[in-house]
Amino acid sequence: MTYIAKPKFHHPGLKKNALGYTHRDYEGKISTLCAGCGHDSITASIIEACYELSIEPHRVAKISGIGCSSKTPDYFLGNSHGFNSVHGRMPSVLTGANLANRDLIYLGVSGDGDSASIGFGQFAHSIRRGVNMTYIVENNGVYGLTKGQFSATADRGSKSKKGVTNTDNAIDLVAIALQLGATFVARSFSGDKSQLVPLIAAAIGHKGASFIDVISPCIAFNNHAGSTKSFDYVREHNDAVNRLDVLVGRDPIAVDYAPGTVQVVEQHDGSKIALRKIDADYDPHDRLGAQTFLARHAAKGQIVTGLLYVDPDAEDLHEHLNTVETPLNTLEADTLCPGSAVLDKINASLR
Amino acid sequence: MPDKKPISSVNDFVVRFANVNGSGSASANEMFARAILRHGVPVSPRNIFPSNIQGLPTWYEVRVTEEGHLGARGGVDMMVAMNPQTWDKDVAGIEPGGYLFYDSTKPMPSTKFRDDITVIGVPLTAITNSTYTDPRQRQLFKNIIYLGSLSALLDMDPRLIEQLIGEQYKGKEKLLSSNVHALHLGRDWALQNLKCPIGLRVKKSDKVGDRIFIEGNSAAALGAVYGGATVCAWYPITPSSSVAEAFTAHCKKYRHDPETGKAKYAIVQGEDELASIGIVIGASWNGARAFTATSGPGISLMTEFIGLSYFAEIPAVIMNIQRAGPSTGMPTRTQQCDIIACAYASHGDTKHVLLFPEDPAEAFEFAAAAFDLAERLQTTIFLMLDLDIGMNHRLCRPLKWDDARQYDRGKIMTAEMLEEGRDFGRYLDVDGDGIPYRTYPGTHPTKGSYFTRGTSRDRYARYSEEGTVYADNMQRLVRKFETAQDLVPRPLQANAERPTKYGVIYFGSTSPAMDEAIGLLEARGHQLDRLRIRAFPFHSSVASFLAEHDFVYVVEQNRDSQLRQLIVNENGIDPVRLVPIVHYDGTPITARFIAKAIGDHQDHLKVTPLRKAVS
Repeated sequence: MTYIAKPKFHHPGLKKNALGYTHRDYEGKISTLCAGCGHDSITASIIEACYELSIEPHRVAKISGIGCSSKTPDYFLGNSHGFNSVHGRMPSVLTGANLANRDLIYLGVSGDGDSASIGFGQFAHSIRRGVNMTYIVENNGVYGLTKGQFSATADRGSKSKKGVTNTDNAIDLVAIALQLGATFVARSFSGDKSQLVPLIAAAIGHKGASFIDVISPCIAFNNHAGSTKSFDYVREHNDAVNRLDVLVGRDPIAVDYAPGTVQVVEQHDGSKIALRKIDADYDPHDRLGAQTFLARHAAKGQIVTGLLYVDPDAEDLHEHLNTVETPLNTLEADTLCPGSAVLDKINASLR
Repeated sequence: MPDKKPISSVNDFVVRFANVNGSGSASANEMFARAILRHGVPVSPRNIFPSNIQGLPTWYEVRVTEEGHLGARGGVDMMVAMNPQTWDKDVAGIEPGGYLFYDSTKPMPSTKFRDDITVIGVPLTAITNSTYTDPRQRQLFKNIIYLGSLSALLDMDPRLIEQLIGEQYKGKEKLLSSNVHALHLGRDWALQNLKCPIGLRVKKSDKVGDRIFIEGNSAAALGAVYGGATVCAWYPITPSSSVAEAFTAHCKKYRHDPETGKAKYAIVQGEDELASIGIVIGASWNGARAFTATSGPGISLMTEFIGLSYFAEIPAVIMNIQRAGPSTGMPTRTQQCDIIACAYASHGDTKHVLLFPEDPAEAFEFAAAAFDLAERLQTTIFLMLDLDIGMNHRLCRPLKWDDARQYDRGKIMTAEMLEEGRDFGRYLDVDGDGIPYRTYPGTHPTKGSYFTRGTSRDRYARYSEEGTVYADNMQRLVRKFETAQDLVPRPLQANAERPTKYGVIYFGSTSPAMDEAIGLLEARGHQLDRLRIRAFPFHSSVASFLAEHDFVYVVEQNRDSQLRQLIVNENGIDPVRLVPIVHYDGTPITARFIAKAIGDHQDHLKVTPLRKAVS
């Protein structure tokens, strides 16, 4: 991999968002992933969502682990600080970063190997703690960088490119996230930008642990017949529960939907999610119902996508810890150090 | 009467309590130690406990030492044998002429005693049972009753113990008076039925001064509070858990906003040590002062992240409260056995800063300093304590803080500096000290962002696999480590009265035993210059010390003489001139051990060279 800077010039007529930024301001370096990689589509969706939300790019911290997916933070939000950390350890690094400064937006990018295998524990515990973050898993069921070994999300019975059948059971990170108390849980498909962009935008607006599992076919190692993470397979088996639009107060988006099938969810940051329900029975506020729905469809071989669960009144780790509003990384000796007079008293109590 | 003359000693003896853990003896025993301190007599207590919660043997040893020798002495002058399980071994361990204190409620066959010791029986169970009916009360007050008896036997002032009870149960009048009552039950029985005092006596003195009595772990945690740590992530592991617990307690007292009640800190108990160090790295990357506390097995788990901290240059403070390894080893026994593991932790070429406090006072100072060093050097700083310092109360000088002191946040490029057009290269050595500038995430809309990674990159943090770029960075890291030499606490040297070609190097919890051993060695006619190493990388004075002496003993508490290895490796010195003196059975090193090992070697040196010359 070499470093390739993207040229900065752009068409003068490019559309600007509320902050006066164009799409280009949300881009990063040129991707070094394989041409046609699903991950690049997710990168494009992240750029789109951040542009739509008019987020100041430098107020986002992008944190990842190791793997193809974890390389992608270099390809979006070039003015943000990024941290390509240790394999499977993005969640802990993100948790620490979040504790240090609660004012930034935390975007965790990981893969199925990173989150379902080596980092399964960290994935679980960051969700349990309710870290305020958007945790995206770019899920291709395969180890791409090491050339095609199965990951823990590969379905039992699916075939690798070399023709090996996976005999291990698959981990469904969405099911686990629901069980562990994530307060925003969604699944999408890298090839379905119209569903994915609003999901990412809504997840960023959500205060609490947001988790999005994005099926992202690996065109090099997992896009063949017999794979259950290929473009063709996912398109055929995708069962969306809803489509959604994110309504940011300042910029009402004309939503085209049939009345009566729409549910509006107001999030903590004031943004509204308009859910266009495809499955009329689906209630995104029912954790137990979501778990059952997911299991029922999985048994039928269907991949459920859309917003599966949201708790708009969720609390995050900072609330659990009752931390001050001021970011901890800005506190200095004057507020942190109890001083010599207190130390004298402590000394006196130790005699 | 015993065969041997009973030991007679004022303010210089060792009492060991043999108890069953979970019996509530710990607080009574600690009160015994504190009571002696209140007499103005220094004590050095040590817990010797199993990796267990209830039912196994535990010992508490109090060295009463007018001279102020705070290291373990070895040997027991008085055994308070409260545990039938360990009776035989406990009785066998008493010095000839020593004393055995036991519960005489049930008669013991004479074969269970020794002829050369003084046996003192107090019917503790009988006294307790005739006074209390509740089983838990019986258990707890029995401890206070023996404390009362001991106070009479050792000629202690009961008012000083009452004062301590008063402080401990302030506001809980019922508990206070019942404890005082129990104390006098034991004391009165002894006064009426035994010859008091015995040969061992506590006499009021003025040798404690303004010193304080604190555990190293608590002091280190307080150092973290004073040093401005705001994020603590940890995973429970003996003997380090009490660091995080003390940090929590200190923060609850001193770190809440008086108006909002909100916390100016965040403490997370991680799911393991990987998460703990990950949280520390994430928080430090984002500009908070963060630390974790752990022990050997935790260090092993953290090493991948430690390498990231070194290579991506992210501050971190790791307090390693060492215990006997390898593997699970002896979790409740002390050693200094992670020197090499920490100095070179992680794969690839790495070197890390280690700090070696000798006692709680230095643990406090070095803990606070560790955060300045971590941010200045942008790397991991290890605070190397051990169980002996960490989990025992130690008499030490009072903790001090200069209110004018500001935190050294290191080289931070701010939004203003970026606006001025300063060239920002995350790994650019602008000052020649190997330390680059960093920016906090979110600093500036268009300038100063960079991508942090564990992979190789150039001076502007751009990914690169070019050999020259990689080597350039690795060389700068060496320069940075050289800079560290002059920032870390320097070694302290103390020379013998007469010039000598022999020296001794030691560090950490060995300190009090070493100081005492010097006196014993001088009495044997051996003169030694001393150098106490307080940090790695080694200051140049270490090399000078080695050059000035023919033989240097390196005293440490591990099998493989790890500090010696590090000195040999880093100074390129002939290993023959560095004589290892190692103690590694899990008990704290003693002056007697050091004096014997060095003394024997010295005697050998004095005799053999002539023979060698003619052979």
